[in-house]
Order: sequence, then C-alpha cells, then structure tokens
Amino acid sequence: MQEDIKTPPPGHSALYKAREPIYPKLVSGNFRTVKWLVLIFALAVYYILPWLRWDRGPNAPDQAVLADFAGGRFYFFFLEIWPQEIYYITGLLILSALALFLVTSLFGRVWCGYACPQTVWTDLFIAVERIFEGDRNARIRLDRAPLSFNKAWRKVGKHIVWLLISFATGGALIMYYHDAPSLFSNFFTGHADVSAYVFAGILTFTTYALAGTMREQVCTYLCPWPRIQAALTDEDALNVTYRWDRGEPRGKHKKGTSWDDRGDCIDCNACVVACPVGIDIRHGDQLECIHCALCIDACDDIMKRVERPTGLIGYDTTKNVQARADGIKPIYKLLRPRVIIYALLIVFIGCLMVYGLSTRSTFELNVIKDRAPPFVELSNGDVRNGYSVKLVNKRGKDREVRLSVSGIDDVDVKIIGNEAGDDTVIMSAEHVDRFRVLVTVPASADKKSGKRLVIDAVDVETNDQQSNRVFFAMPKEDE
Amino acid sequence: MTDKPNKDIDVHSGVETTGHEWDGIKELNNPLPRWWLYVWYATIAFSILWWILMPAWPALPGFQGNTQGYWKQSDRAQVAEEVGELQSARIENAQKLLNASLVDIEKTPELQQFALAMGESSFGDNCATCHGSGGTGSVGYPALADDVWLWGGSLDEIQETIAFGIRSTHDDTRYSEMPAFGRDGFISEEEIDDLVQKVLALSGKEFDPAAAARAEENFEMQCSSCHALDGKGDRLQGAPNLTDNEWLYGSSPAAIRETIYSARNSIMPHWNERLDEATIKALAVYVHTLGGGE
Repeated sequence: MQEDIKTPPPGHSALYKAREPIYPKLVSGNFRTVKWLVLIFALAVYYILPWLRWDRGPNAPDQAVLADFAGGRFYFFFLEIWPQEIYYITGLLILSALALFLVTSLFGRVWCGYACPQTVWTDLFIAVERIFEGDRNARIRLDRAPLSFNKAWRKVGKHIVWLLISFATGGALIMYYHDAPSLFSNFFTGHADVSAYVFAGILTFTTYALAGTMREQVCTYLCPWPRIQAALTDEDALNVTYRWDRGEPRGKHKKGTSWDDRGDCIDCNACVVACPVGIDIRHGDQLECIHCALCIDACDDIMKRVERPTGLIGYDTTKNVQARADGIKPIYKLLRPRVIIYALLIVFIGCLMVYGLSTRSTFELNVIKDRAPPFVELSNGDVRNGYSVKLVNKRGKDREVRLSVSGIDDVDVKIIGNEAGDDTVIMSAEHVDRFRVLVTVPASADKKSGKRLVIDAVDVETNDQQSNRVFFAMPKEDE
Repeated sequence: MTDKPNKDIDVHSGVETTGHEWDGIKELNNPLPRWWLYVWYATIAFSILWWILMPAWPALPGFQGNTQGYWKQSDRAQVAEEVGELQSARIENAQKLLNASLVDIEKTPELQQFALAMGESSFGDNCATCHGSGGTGSVGYPALADDVWLWGGSLDEIQETIAFGIRSTHDDTRYSEMPAFGRDGFISEEEIDDLVQKVLALSGKEFDPAAAARAEENFEMQCSSCHALDGKGDRLQGAPNLTDNEWLYGSSPAAIRETIYSARNSIMPHWNERLDEATIKALAVYVHTLGGGE
C-alpha cells in the first residue's frame, strides 16, 4: 500500500485520496504503561473536577471549579476571578504556553504523544475498538470480510460505545459552566437551558468525529501545533528516533546466526504496525509523528526476544545518531539558552501571578469624573465638579466605607442620597456599587487652573484604603 | 489533470511536484484527502437547505422584496422581540420605582442605581438634545446641573415639570407668559433702554445710574408683579431671579433688551404621553442628582 502512494501509476494522478485505514497493534511496555496512567489520570480529572465541592459561604456557589458566565465569575478552588481580572486567566494561558515551549525544547512533542485530548480520547476509542473487533489482524480481517451478523454487531456495538463516551465527554464539559448536580438532574428531565443541550451536542459530535473517525488526520491536517513545533524544537531536543547507526543495514535474521556485519533491525515491522498515525519511524522524524513512543515499546519487545540490547528506537537526537555513525562521541545538551530562558520566564511570570493573587484586594475604587459639564458655576460663584465613584466589593460581606477628599482646601463634599455631612456609604456584598459625589470649592478659591484632588475610600471596619487621584476643573479666570 | 511531458518527481518521496519552488523547497502534488471533497459537497447541500429555510433570493426584476424562506426569519421582528424581552425583564425594577417615593428612590442605593442607569439612558435619548448631556444646558435651554431653578428643583417639582412641560399643550402644564413689552407697544423704546440698565444694576454689572433711576417706576409697575420688587423672581410663575449671575439668554445689554422687547417664553413639551411613569420618575431622580437638586 505504502508503495502505491509513492509511485502513482504513470499518466494518472488522483485528485483525491481516501484515508488509508490504520490498525494500530496493541503493544506493552514502559511507555504504554505511562500512557495508560496519563489517560486514566486525565480522564479522571476531566470527569470528576466539576463534581468537587468547595465551601465559599452562603451567597456563593459551592462548586470547586466553575465558570459562571451568567454571574460573571470564574471560581477555581480558593480563587474567585472577576471579569475585570481576566488578566489572571491570560497569565495562566501564557504560563501554559511557556510550559509547552519548555517541554518541547527538551523532549519534543511529549504534549502530543501523551497529554493532548486528541491523543487521549483516540487512545480510548482504539481501546474500545479492540474490545469489539480484536487486535490489528482481527480488525483487518473483519473489515475485509463480507457483511455478516458477527461483523454487524461488532461494528454497531463499537459505535454505540463510542457515542456513549462522546456524550459523556460533552455532558461533562457543560458541568463546568453550571452547578453540576442540579444541571445533571435538569439535563435529564429536560429542564436545562437550551445552550446546555447545544454544547453537549456539539461536544458529543466533535468527540465522536475527531476521536472515532478522523483520528490522526486531526494532527496531520487540522492542528497548528505540529507546525509551530518546527520553530520551537532544535537539533538538541530529544525526539523519538530510530537509531539507524545501530540498526542498519537491516534485514531478516535467523535465530543462531551471527550479528556481525549487520544492523540490529530485523525488519520485523513491529514499529510500523504499532504506529497510530501509520508511519514508519525508520524514515526519520516526520510531520505526522506525534511521538507517542509506542514504537519504542514495540521494538524493545522484539529486541528482548532476539536477545539484542533494547533502545534501537528511543528518545534521541538526529545529530547524535549521526555522530555515533561517524564514530564521534555524542553530546546531549539539555541545558540550552532557550531552555533556560523559558524556565526563567515561567518562574518570573509565576512569581508575578502569585504576587498579584496574594496581594490583590477584595476592595476597589474607581473614580470617573463627569465630562459634561466639566464644572458647574453656582449662582453664588462657587465651583462644583461631579464624580461617579465606583466601589467594587469582592467580599461575601457588606462593607461600610468612608469617602473623603483631600488636595484642595475648603471643599464641600456631598454624596447623593446621603444627608449633608454623612460621608459613609454601604457597599453590598459581591457587588459593584456606584455613587455620585459632588465636590464644591468656594468662589474665593484660587481659580488659576484645574487642580488635582485625591478621593480616598476607607473601610471603616478593616481600615483597608483605596485612593484615586482625579482632576478638578475650574472656569478660566478671564471668563 | 493531464500528463505533462516533463513531470518533476521528488526524489525523496517519489511524489510529483507542482513545479513551484521556494529556496529549494518544492511543493509536492499529493492528492487531497477525499473527506475534504465530501465536506465541500455537504456545504453545497447545506446552502440549498439554507435557501429554503432563510430569506435568500432577491425577487425577479419587476417584483417586490425577496424570498421569505420557510422560517420567515426577520431581523426587524427579532429586534422588536428582544426589546420586548428587555422591557419585561425591567418590569420588576420599574415596578419598584413606581411603588417608592422619589425621596426613597434616591436614598435606597439599589433603587437609586437602577433609576440613575435608566434615567441616564432616557435623558440621552430625550432630553440631551436641548439640555446637553449631563444637563450642561445652552442658550435658551436651562442648565440642569447648577443650582438655579425657574420652576423649582425639588424631586417632586422636577417630576412635575418633566411630566407636564412648560407652556406645553397639556392642561396641567406649567404656564406663565411674559409680555412682549416693546413689540406689543406697552412701553416706549427709550423706556426699554432704561429698563435694561435697571436689570444690569440688579445683577451687579456695570450700568448707567441715571437710566436705571428713570426705570424704577416702570420696573415697579411692569416687572415686579412677577420678578418681585427686589428682582429675585418668583418660582410659582417661573419668573427668573434677576439678581444672580445666571443668564438663560445671555447677559449682554442687547440680549437683555431683546428679552424685554419681544419676550422669550420658551416651551418645553410634556413627556407624560411619551414616557411611562417609571421612566419619568427615573428621569426626575437623574436630573436631581446631576448636582442642582434641592
């Protein structure tokens, strides 16, 4: 089959090509074990996380991880992010990106090979396929066989289980956006919001399509990450590599014959049949390769059987394979400038985030000066400016706050809705309150130009203080 | 695709190239995945379905409109529906405004903030054209942010002015009429010139004392019934205070003369037929909090 693609029949080249089905063979080994563990861990986190509870007091949701779009809050255990603090999410995304850069420059596409949802769910779907249709050879036979009851129930059963897993995937996603237990019961009694059904439906469809039918085509055709990697990896990054210096010249080997003057590769094709993206790792690093390391397990198994050292395929660099072939001592350089820079950036941004999160206040003040009119001259000649004072209370309790103005002498401060002289306001819990404050200076004041004044808000109970400097506009003297 | 005589075959992959080359990198002419083709067919099928469901095709020449589609989707109707939904969502708070007194609305933070938001948007739609955004005012249109009020600046008085207007066509309108002393021949041109000096004197501007003295008798006879003997005006009649430094039509002698000669008697429409009561209450609170409220 492989040869058919490489040399199209003369005089004809097809415009379109159907996907060549891939039947990955089950392997066992260290990497396969790691991949099973990562799969179980990742799926467990995904499905269990929305069901964890976290007590935040009476007026807040008790879901540990919740993206509450209706209420404009993002809850993550002890963290509560408001829309105006979305930069924390940005910071988290930047950290994730840098972590990805770091591991890529160290070990190549480990994200693709082990942790990417596309890889995890495809692995799960292939496992289901194996339960219904058997391993590689049985699946090939089944696909070639004419339709029969045996073939039909296996295929139908597989697709039903796939759909159930897909539905569980889509259903779990929406739990992150609403209170999981109540949404769960509403969902199945038909009382959930339309959007819940729509998003569960979309995720069900995409999971089924991407992990069930499209599989490696997502990585090869759709995903930008494999392309971005080219810029992130270099000749010192460890990739899944066929050590051709040891393997070549390859050839079949009869038990008991000599291993002299030949390579260790016995051309058994174990690495090829194990590959979930249908390539031959012995052609070198390829665009399609997701570096899942299953060929390493497959090859090691064979090497043990023929009593040769394992590691004919392993994490290595093309440069070092070439060096060994040339008889030079290979050099492994994991600590390179890019690795150090990524690590420092991660530490720096991580520290910034921790600092920001640990010192952030649950109490904010924003003063917005009236623009129209910029100032008002009263009938007795006094000059007044109006301000909108926005007080943000991110605490679960009301606050009593005292507002004061400094920077200009003899000002008269009036808070709309308060009696004259009353300078305290109540901020409701978990709320942004807006107050109007009028500041008046007497006619006798120096009117040479506009002035700055400082509006302070002090929590009466905790003495937390927030200040804003604002402009105070004056009429020009010659008017 | 026809067979070209000089087919360029890539030595590494054995695949024909397109002949395009960038810095030694050649583009392989691999076949496209077949499912891409199927997706394209699916989009064609979808577009035909969409033509049937949605308004899509303009009518033939000579006919009006376009195909309506099975769903009869209309953005206009959708906007009307969404506005209706918004209004019904506001009913609860609007009802609270209706039930509360204006003083309570202003004192209760929750109600005040709702009234201010509602008042601000309604003020921008209906009032700012004349009174300016933020109640800045302009010549002939009173500033609402200062502390000078022709008809009163308490919450109730503001509400009444908004609801019934000034010299409007409503029966309960605030009403007064300053005579056009010059145009209608009540007093002579010279007497008007003297009165201008008297008005300037009242507000502490530069004036001609002789002329102002000559005007005393006319001021007492013609003006004081509304503007009061001391010139401080009368809110019951909307008569402005002539002694302060706020001028609706300007403080130049020419502007004052024109006011006495032809009278101004500007009009504010009544809003109770255009806006609902909750909106008028919200507007009253908004105007009151602009800064001039009494």
